[in-house]
Amino acid sequence: MIVADKKPIEEIVEEFGQVKNLLIAGCNECVTVCEAGGKKEVGILASALRMYFLNQGREVKIDEVTLERQCDHEYLEEIRNMVDQYDAVVSMACGVGIQFLAEEYPKLPVYPGVNTCFMGATEKRGLWVERCQGCGQCILAKTGAVCPITRCAKRLMNGPCGGSTRGKCEISQDTDCAWQLIIERLRMLGRLDEYEKLFPIKDWSTDRAGGPRKVVREDIQL
Amino acid sequence: MRLQYPTNINIIRVPCTGKVDILHILRAFEKGADGVYAVGCMEGDCHYNTGNLRARKRVEQASKILDTVGVGGKRVQMRNLSSGEGPLFVKFAKEIVEQIKELGPNPLKQAKAGIQKEKNAA
Repeated sequence: MIVADKKPIEEIVEEFGQVKNLLIAGCNECVTVCEAGGKKEVGILASALRMYFLNQGREVKIDEVTLERQCDHEYLEEIRNMVDQYDAVVSMACGVGIQFLAEEYPKLPVYPGVNTCFMGATEKRGLWVERCQGCGQCILAKTGAVCPITRCAKRLMNGPCGGSTRGKCEISQDTDCAWQLIIERLRMLGRLDEYEKLFPIKDWSTDRAGGPRKVVREDIQL
Repeated sequence: MRLQYPTNINIIRVPCTGKVDILHILRAFEKGADGVYAVGCMEGDCHYNTGNLRARKRVEQASKILDTVGVGGKRVQMRNLSSGEGPLFVKFAKEIVEQIKELGPNPLKQAKAGIQKEKNAA
């Protein structure tokens, strides 16, 4: 899922001008799971902003809505009839949802309500970790399902660097050495011989370096 | 024991302080409460293991939010006692009421009154 973090309220309010009617739009998908932009977080932000504006002697009408997804046109249609009454929207979806919402309603100012961080997983409650960088050409089959692109600070493709100490990366004692994990996993699978094979030069044209990417699937396009 | 505690406290009973959400606390302030405190079981004694620990975290979060929006984070606090400690409950009640009185009324009440006054004048 896409992992987002809470955006400080001070930062969110900084962006508004003299709004009178504000809509806070949450998303029921990833940001709900990572407790940053779901229905509950929408409620908390709405409540906090109501108090903030009131304390400044301003009466601002703040409404709440949580869409099934903000990265899909059909779910964004659900608010078409109501958006006209608002001066601005705070979207608590990931960066994708925020942009899609703005594209759908071009005349409406849209502000981010979260900081979108990465593609990751919930390791335990309150701890999310990055596991994929979307390089566009998955090599997990050869690395024992541990991604060196994401988990190695240097994105090394052929074994650890000299900074790997006792299974940890030199950037931090909290960071596992990805290649240590790969070797351990390959050993467990009895496939350590694969570690001996050199990786060919990786084609990075499918990575972000080539600019914004697209997936075109003509087989399912109508 | 028939102990007396301040009468300006509105007790909201929950099955466990773990039920108390940040939103419950924030809504209380939106509705004009001058202070909110959660009284849970002793830490380590929760029947549901972590209910009172969750409550403390939520109280801390609510406190931060209230500081940010200018209401004052000290208006929300957490206290722990065992169910047999009636006198301690009274002590906490008196202590908190005293502290909140020092902080004064919820600033939102004044702000609301100000907005209403402007409206009436217009």
